[in-house]
Amino acid sequence: MDITMPLMILAIPLGMFLLLGLFGNKMSHKLAGWLGTLGMGTALVLAYTTAYQYFFSGSELFINAAGERLQYAVFDYTWLEFTEKLIIKLGFLLDPISAMMLVVITTISFMVHLYSLGYMHGEKGFQRYYAFLSLFSFSMLGLVVATNIFQMYIFWELVGASSYLLIGFYYTKPSAVAASKKAFIVTRFADLGFLIGILILSFYSSTFDFVTMTSNPQSVFASTAGTMFMGGSVLTWGLVLIFMGGMGKSAMMPLHIWLPDAMEGPTPVSALIHAATMVVAGVFLVARMFPVYIVQESALEIVTVVGALTALYAAIVACTQIDIKRVLAFSTISQIAFMVVSLGVARPDFHEGLGYMASMFHLFTHAMFKALLFLGAGALIHAVHSNDYTAMGGLRKYMPITHITFLIGCLAIAGIPPFAGFFSKDEILTAAFNNSPLWGIWMTGVAGLTAFYMFRLYYRIFWWNNPDYGHHTPHDGPWTMSLPLIILATISCVAGFIPFGEFVTWNGHEYIIHLDWTVATTSIVVAVCAIALATVMYRKENATPTRMKNAMKGLWTAAYNRFYFDELYIFITHKIIFNLVSRPIAWFDRHIIDGTMDSFATMTNYASEKIKGLQSGSVQQYVWVYLVGALLLAGAVIVFVI
Amino acid sequence: MELVGSIIMLGIIVLSIIVFSVLTVTTRKILRSATFLLFTLFATAGIYFQLDYEFLGAVQIAVYAGGIVVLFVFSILLTSRPGDNSAKLTSKKHVLGLIAAIGTLVVAGYALFSRCTALCTKLSPMKDYTMEDLGTDLLGSGAGQYLLPFEAISVLLLACIIGGIVVARKR
Amino acid sequence: MELTMLYYIIPSLIMFCCGVYGFITRKNMIAILISLELMLNAVDINFVVFNRFLFPGQMEGMFFTLFAIAIAAAETALAIAIIINLFRVAKNIDVEDVNEMKF
Repeated sequence: MDITMPLMILAIPLGMFLLLGLFGNKMSHKLAGWLGTLGMGTALVLAYTTAYQYFFSGSELFINAAGERLQYAVFDYTWLEFTEKLIIKLGFLLDPISAMMLVVITTISFMVHLYSLGYMHGEKGFQRYYAFLSLFSFSMLGLVVATNIFQMYIFWELVGASSYLLIGFYYTKPSAVAASKKAFIVTRFADLGFLIGILILSFYSSTFDFVTMTSNPQSVFASTAGTMFMGGSVLTWGLVLIFMGGMGKSAMMPLHIWLPDAMEGPTPVSALIHAATMVVAGVFLVARMFPVYIVQESALEIVTVVGALTALYAAIVACTQIDIKRVLAFSTISQIAFMVVSLGVARPDFHEGLGYMASMFHLFTHAMFKALLFLGAGALIHAVHSNDYTAMGGLRKYMPITHITFLIGCLAIAGIPPFAGFFSKDEILTAAFNNSPLWGIWMTGVAGLTAFYMFRLYYRIFWWNNPDYGHHTPHDGPWTMSLPLIILATISCVAGFIPFGEFVTWNGHEYIIHLDWTVATTSIVVAVCAIALATVMYRKENATPTRMKNAMKGLWTAAYNRFYFDELYIFITHKIIFNLVSRPIAWFDRHIIDGTMDSFATMTNYASEKIKGLQSGSVQQYVWVYLVGALLLAGAVIVFVI
Repeated sequence: MELVGSIIMLGIIVLSIIVFSVLTVTTRKILRSATFLLFTLFATAGIYFQLDYEFLGAVQIAVYAGGIVVLFVFSILLTSRPGDNSAKLTSKKHVLGLIAAIGTLVVAGYALFSRCTALCTKLSPMKDYTMEDLGTDLLGSGAGQYLLPFEAISVLLLACIIGGIVVARKR
Repeated sequence: MELTMLYYIIPSLIMFCCGVYGFITRKNMIAILISLELMLNAVDINFVVFNRFLFPGQMEGMFFTLFAIAIAAAETALAIAIIINLFRVAKNIDVEDVNEMKF
């Protein structure tokens, strides 16, 4: 296969970043914005072509005679060669999930580029914004096509750095600066685990290469057998540490605290980073390593538990938030947790690893409808100039396009057929029920909560009451903002009918999706009930929500404060780490280490203070000393010699 | 008689040297100090005369007493106001000075007296030494003759004259 | 009573000691210079005396004294020039007060 096209997919966003970053200030806003959008559009076309070739060309490079889809490295350039074994390569790996991710990333990124033309219109630093968007797209694309875990780590960090830049875009706002720092530090902390995991795995497998690692993990990791550490095998530890990196990026509990704060960035950025692309990097990582994970089922169980807890937690918190972007943020955490659970419950012996397919399917559909919801929220914020739904209400009359597309997004995420979310969520629930009824029931409950809080949000924004907007009547945005909404809404309507199992399964075997109607009916009933409840409570302005709130005051307050996770972190870092560890270390450093050095300086200083008296510059004193010396010498000569 | 005369003469000279030397360094008026120095220098010239070095004595009076002391007096008049007394010495400095002086006296005196034989050398008659001999020795280039130091001193003096002018010139 | 070398050396020694004492204790620069002249003079006497008593046939001591006197004159002239210059700048010729440039 020709390497030009894959190379261009990476090179165009990078080139755009350099162009806009270096010369953006010389350009007009319009030119810079359209350049960035056009660059992304080109990348989009190229990515679509590449994915099309991969899935449909039927070339034996991509699919073998038995109908298994293969992993194919388009190019794999040796970048650093330290020793014979320690070789770091940069390459472009095509396989079902990377091809799918190329489509997802370029689509969402293009929509966001287009949308930002309207949303960011007239903002200071417009060119810088587009430069960062291009950098982010480049890093994300590089991440998904990585041929080896080290390349992935490099791009993983690049994604972190560019998301830091984007979250802190309004760098004059202290809260945005704090949020960007928080996001960076928390994910860095998680990446520490990731790095150790990489080292452990590559030490035992003596390779970084994904294909080598995943094609025959039993034998590659055979040397880990019997090596135990603190009750777990080395392989389990390595995989859990790798998953820790994923937890940081995908905002799994307890490393989720950065995501709600990251809403300080511009809304399109939230759509790009915190809905569709960066946060699914953790899911993608686990999916990439999935063949290794199934060797060690205990690691998968940990993944399941973390995901399930996070899903429930985020769903409950989302029910109480007022800031619409925060509701969406917690909803994102919850939905990502769905994917994680789905990966956790996937077993190869059931429907070709149904959970894996379901997870990727959900990743795909969720990216579309969550980007839609975020962009819709952006349009609302653009119109009302507030993030809180208390400032909104009755907007359906003023903003029809936003209303309809937002409703489609809500229906999709709630899991109502025939919208996209229904199909993917159903597959997840099927996989969960198969693994254990507990997880099935648990996740169904979370799905119901999802429907409830999404429609609570929907009704509060578009129905509820009719506040007085004064002269400034809200209206739909310009076409650059509406078009992406319409496109994404269309995709959200139809994406569910994609025969996803034909394209993406963990081992490349084709799998025909068939709905398990018991599970599907249950989830539809639960979702409809939840929506009905939300309708009753929030359609018209009434006192029920307040009464409910007062009835469950303790729970509500706890959820509203996100179960005090941030306070817990503050407590642990400030009280425990700072007071018990840092302060003694600082004391030791200041008084023992510095004290020793300072005492040398003080002693030297003291001695020279004393000695400098001798160097008085007074000739009389010199003469006296000289004379006395001479006399003593002469006396000595007289006494001892003569 | 001549012997007695020269003894008396020497007694006066020695006494004046000792007395005026001590006075030079102990008086608190700087102008008096210069004056006592002048007397000391005269007494020294007396020693030279007594030892038959008439030319040296003349030089001593002309250069030292006549030149240097006048220079001192002028500079004293330039740099101090009338009635200025030098401040009382601090006892520490006084003690230091005394230690050094007495130490020198003791060490050098002991060294001298431990070699009493040389010290008791008597004055022997000196060969006749005329001005002509002196001139020849000063400007000759043979053994025991001093043309080179003489020239060096001339250059040094010239340098000093120029240096003195440059340093003390009004800017 | 014989006139031996001793009677010439003793006043010279005392003169030298006076010079030392003066050099160390006086504060006025000119006074220090005067003390220096005393010491120099004492050395001159020694030269002459040793020459006359121990080597009466030669003239080295006499010549050295001659040169020493010349150099002393030069040195004094220069020192006084410096002192006067210093006085102009600092209005003071006390060695202890001229310490502007000390550490």
